[in-house]
Amino acid sequence: MRILEYVLLIFLILCAIGATVSKRLLVTVIIFMAYSTVMAVIWLFLEAPDLAITEAAVGAGVTSILFFLTLKKVDSINKGTREK
Amino acid sequence: MDYKSDPNKIGKWERFFKWVNGEDSIDSVWEKEMRSKITGKRKKRRKTIEDTIERINSYSKKIYIILSVFITVVYIGILLYTVYELPEHGNPLNPANNEVSQRYIEHGVEETGALNIVSAMILDYRAFDTFGETVVLFTAVICVAILLRRTDEDKTDLEQDSFKSDRGDILKFAARLVFPIVVLYGIYVIINGHISPGGGFAGGTIIGAGLILYSAAFGDEKIKSILNYKSITVTTVSCLLIYFFSKGYSFFTGGNHIESVIPKGTPGNILSGGLILPLNICVGIVVACTMYGFYSYFTKGDI
Amino acid sequence: MIKLLTINHFEAAAVILFGIGFMNMLLQDNLIKKFIGLNIMDTAIYLYLVSYGYIEGHMAPIAEAGKAALAEEFINPVPSGLVLTGIVVSVSVTAFSLALIQRLYKKYGTLSFDEVLRKLRSGEANTYDSDS
Repeated sequence: MRILEYVLLIFLILCAIGATVSKRLLVTVIIFMAYSTVMAVIWLFLEAPDLAITEAAVGAGVTSILFFLTLKKVDSINKGTREK
Repeated sequence: MDYKSDPNKIGKWERFFKWVNGEDSIDSVWEKEMRSKITGKRKKRRKTIEDTIERINSYSKKIYIILSVFITVVYIGILLYTVYELPEHGNPLNPANNEVSQRYIEHGVEETGALNIVSAMILDYRAFDTFGETVVLFTAVICVAILLRRTDEDKTDLEQDSFKSDRGDILKFAARLVFPIVVLYGIYVIINGHISPGGGFAGGTIIGAGLILYSAAFGDEKIKSILNYKSITVTTVSCLLIYFFSKGYSFFTGGNHIESVIPKGTPGNILSGGLILPLNICVGIVVACTMYGFYSYFTKGDI
Repeated sequence: MIKLLTINHFEAAAVILFGIGFMNMLLQDNLIKKFIGLNIMDTAIYLYLVSYGYIEGHMAPIAEAGKAALAEEFINPVPSGLVLTGIVVSVSVTAFSLALIQRLYKKYGTLSFDEVLRKLRSGEANTYDSDS
């Protein structure tokens, strides 16, 4: 159990750094989605199941959808692929 | 040491180290390209002024980057030292676990009739604060509507909008399978909010995600018959008013609540917990309408 | 150092995440990345609060029917209640800021913050030039 906590926390920090340094905005948003999902698992480890349900629906669902829609509005998804 | 010959080919680690050292921002190469593309015409006209401004800007930019890295590192160092001095994680004798939480846990079930103590706290003891949170959601959807509402001249390019096209059969089939389950689960989470984990915020978000899926799969023509501008406004405002009139009396009576006339029921049943179940339903409806409102303003610019 | 790694590791991770988000807000030029940094800062603060209310070996704050609830059995419910509303408010903040970003993109055609500032200044300079 202890080891799993460490793995999840290290994954969180790596996700945050990855969202910072990645060049394409689409990759950034997807990494942020993974970050939110891992956060939902951590709420379960901290014995807060209310927060786990809310974070899984909000962080990985609605916030990511809003970010994707913004990326689509500003034509950043296609631009990012062309840049590569 | 390759990058001196070709500045475009810096390894990822080198770039990361450079960024940590504050020498260069990460996206500088990409940004320079974009900047030169966009501002190519304007640069020719006012070259001399631009040059001096750019030079000053580059100096101040360097100072800004170095200072911000320095400040962040010092700040995080102080915070880590504070964490080092904090009492142990998970110790029951920590100062945070004082008589407030003890009172909530030991008297929560008999005073509110709800088994979920978090729900009892945010919807019974502190219900008026939660009303404020719900109003924040409503205000946010109003602000998004002000910012993103399409005017009449924008409506002509709505036809060329790419949000309308490419809806495959797979998406429609999957949505037809998943949508009822998602909404049913959301209703379950809302109605069982006082006896199990969940509640209005979580369940409302789940229902909102289901509505977003439906709208993305079948288009807005079908969903318009149930969820249009008028119905969303009427349901949201009436839920907020119900919430206000059922809990707003403590605003007028001061700190002491009047005893609720609704019986508390046996803890553990669905129909228990006094006002917590209707308040959960109100919050859930407001949150679901807000999430769908965000989505539809972000795509269509209108509900 | 050992205490940070073995006992207070949740708090230490929260502080490090806060630093990463803060660095993002300060140094990123792209507006969307700036607001992802803001979201990371949000979740870092929530992680700190909830880990402060955690008690080793205790259960989630959901009582059993027909049994007296004891404070020795459950974790501290106050931080959970705070964070539950905070998560939902952070969504509305994100939606509002994304709407502002879309309006900025519509007007200036770019997501770069410096570029927006520069265009704002040069736009004023242009009108000044045309007047004189």
